[in-house]
Amino acid sequence: MPVLTLRAARIPVVALTAGALLTGCAGMGGGSSGDKTIRVLMVNNPQMVDLQKLTKKYFTKETGITVKFTMMPENEVRDKISQDFANQARQYDVATISNFEVPFYAKNGWLMPLDGYAAKDKAFDQKDVLPSMRQSLTAEDGKLYAEPFYGESSFLMYRKDVLAEKHLKMPERPTWQQVADIAAKVDGSRKGMNGICLRGLPGWGELMAPLTTVVNTFGGTWFTKDWKAQLDSPEFTKATKFYVDLVRKHGEAGAAQSGFAECLNNLTQGKSAMWYDATSAAGSLEAAKSPVKGKIGYVQAPVEKTDSSGWLYTWAWGVQKASRHPDNAWKFISWASSKKYEDLVGKNFGWANVPAGKRSSTYSNPDYRDTAGSFSEETRKAILSAKPRDPGVQPRPTIGIQFVDIPEFADLGTKVAQEISAAIAGKQSVESALKKSQQLAEKVGEEYR
Amino acid sequence: MSNPTTAVSVSGERPPTAAPTPARRPVAQRNRAREWATRAPLLPALIFLIVVTQLPFVATLVISLFDWNSFRPDRRAFAGLENYKTVLSDEALRESIVTTVLLTASVVIVSVVLGLLLALLLDRKFRGRGLVRTMLIAPFLLVPVASALLWKHALYNPEYGLFNGVLNWLGGPQPEWLTDTPLIAVEASLIWQWTPFMMLILLAGLQSRPLDMIEAARLDGAGAWQIFRFLTLPHLRRYLELGTLLGSIYIVQNFDAVFTMTRGGLDTANLPYTIYETFYNAHEYGLASAAGVVVVIGTIIIATFALRVVSSLFREEASRA
Repeated sequence: MPVLTLRAARIPVVALTAGALLTGCAGMGGGSSGDKTIRVLMVNNPQMVDLQKLTKKYFTKETGITVKFTMMPENEVRDKISQDFANQARQYDVATISNFEVPFYAKNGWLMPLDGYAAKDKAFDQKDVLPSMRQSLTAEDGKLYAEPFYGESSFLMYRKDVLAEKHLKMPERPTWQQVADIAAKVDGSRKGMNGICLRGLPGWGELMAPLTTVVNTFGGTWFTKDWKAQLDSPEFTKATKFYVDLVRKHGEAGAAQSGFAECLNNLTQGKSAMWYDATSAAGSLEAAKSPVKGKIGYVQAPVEKTDSSGWLYTWAWGVQKASRHPDNAWKFISWASSKKYEDLVGKNFGWANVPAGKRSSTYSNPDYRDTAGSFSEETRKAILSAKPRDPGVQPRPTIGIQFVDIPEFADLGTKVAQEISAAIAGKQSVESALKKSQQLAEKVGEEYR
Repeated sequence: MSNPTTAVSVSGERPPTAAPTPARRPVAQRNRAREWATRAPLLPALIFLIVVTQLPFVATLVISLFDWNSFRPDRRAFAGLENYKTVLSDEALRESIVTTVLLTASVVIVSVVLGLLLALLLDRKFRGRGLVRTMLIAPFLLVPVASALLWKHALYNPEYGLFNGVLNWLGGPQPEWLTDTPLIAVEASLIWQWTPFMMLILLAGLQSRPLDMIEAARLDGAGAWQIFRFLTLPHLRRYLELGTLLGSIYIVQNFDAVFTMTRGGLDTANLPYTIYETFYNAHEYGLASAAGVVVVIGTIIIATFALRVVSSLFREEASRA
């Protein structure tokens, strides 16, 4: 339970009956504890846990800068960051923000531009950072506002042995139609094995992510350049129908409640022959104890009308504009996102745990390639070919592939996902799901026109 | 997680009307000083209680009057009762109210009935009773989110869950529990968690029965059913009330089951989950606070009402017995 201080009415104190969340700024003021301390707020993913373990031993020892970490789950971290950064309360100097937040955080004037630091810091080697990553962390004003810690795209994973048994060959660059045909043929080829696992769990970061990439490549979009909602357009409908039909016919059972975690389980347990999802999933599938280790093949995300369709997501370091220790904050970022740090993780925790997906050099590192050989090249290709400014066949109002880059999208995407999830469950038709969704999207679009 | 708002009195009692103050005697001065001397040590605790329970609620009330999205701090403005209008007219929120009522009522009623049956069984003496009791209490000791995860993955999952595994082994059908009957599936997991709680309360009630009366009834030729109907049940009245009330308050607030199992999909979003979405996804602080306030008011009304109904029912019972 956070400490409550009544420090002016700006401090939000929100008591909720919802499992009783009691949120408040702990109003510690920050910055009072000497010049050699920075505060970092980050999401509690495994890569961040490793970072916390290594910081004291290496970073603090080298630089004398103490780093105080706060870790939270994704939703909570987003909320905490928006509170602290919106008020420029300086409780934290650095925070993990994703490429979803960077553009509008920058627009709100909450972030410090990092171009100057990156240019001066030769050892950091800004050019080594993958171009699509750089682009997705650059705001409308052309300035860079965050440095990636690790990144991912999406690709298609399939059981090589299962396809071989059926004498099927996965094309180098499959179309969605080809994938659907293969799914139909391998469905039930082994006892209890379905053709393909696709997310159906409601959430803008669950079902909506893979589905939006399908919509993009089928020629659909959420909004036109001038914010007209397009959810009931023929292209959007066709893509959604395709996705819903595929998962209903040849997908996993219980698809409406299956997210990333459930599909990962299905693959490792040999219950699914294919899976279209995050490139970061491969690390788990190829882990030492995984029963499907070495049996999985990887190809680029399936396409229809575009050249590539993989998404782009990254957890990156942003610096609060009002931070009192910007120089030390950069020193920390420069270390955490460096090549050197990747080596540290490789030596301490194993190469599979390296925060990859952000630098070209990672993919030419022989140690890393030995561990991640089977999927590393496809991952690199997927991230390189992602075009966050032009993910579809028409111009977009915002940057972003699997999301529309506006704060309202988290809520809108989740509500739309709930409708489509109900269609996957067979509780309503795709048309009726999209009709309701279109109304929601129109409301949001009107605010931007 | 504790709820800062449950401190609001929800007992069905009317507040006692102030007793007429006795005429003050000069001695009263000294008496009052002594009274305050005895109260003083308790004051810090009282102030602390007010600070940690009532102030956040007041803050919520204030925030609920603002149009406030945390991603757009520049647009924050006083909105009066606008948020409450939105809450009461928003279809998703209205649906979640219905869902909450359904979920709470069914879970409480079924848990009480099952809990009563189990308590009656455990009230008898048999070998290994202690062990059985401990095993029956276990579900209640599980962390709610762990229980929800267990149900979602280990039991319900149609691909690798226990239920379908057993059905498959028996050659039965393979239902998709969470897709076909989403709300019932969520309710089942909650019933499993809350039955032991009801059982414990009712068992305590059963073990405090005056046995001589039952003995007397038996001598007068009363059967087992009559003893249960006219002696045990009236005696259990207060315990049933307590179980129903506590259960309702806790289950109205249940968040973990819906969040973990269905993410609010397929019309299973209850109020706490909808508020969570409003707060964490939409970042609408004002709207979420208004919804929270509405839930608190609703809970108080329902709890008060439920208590009165239950009490009056039993009063009739008692007068007829």
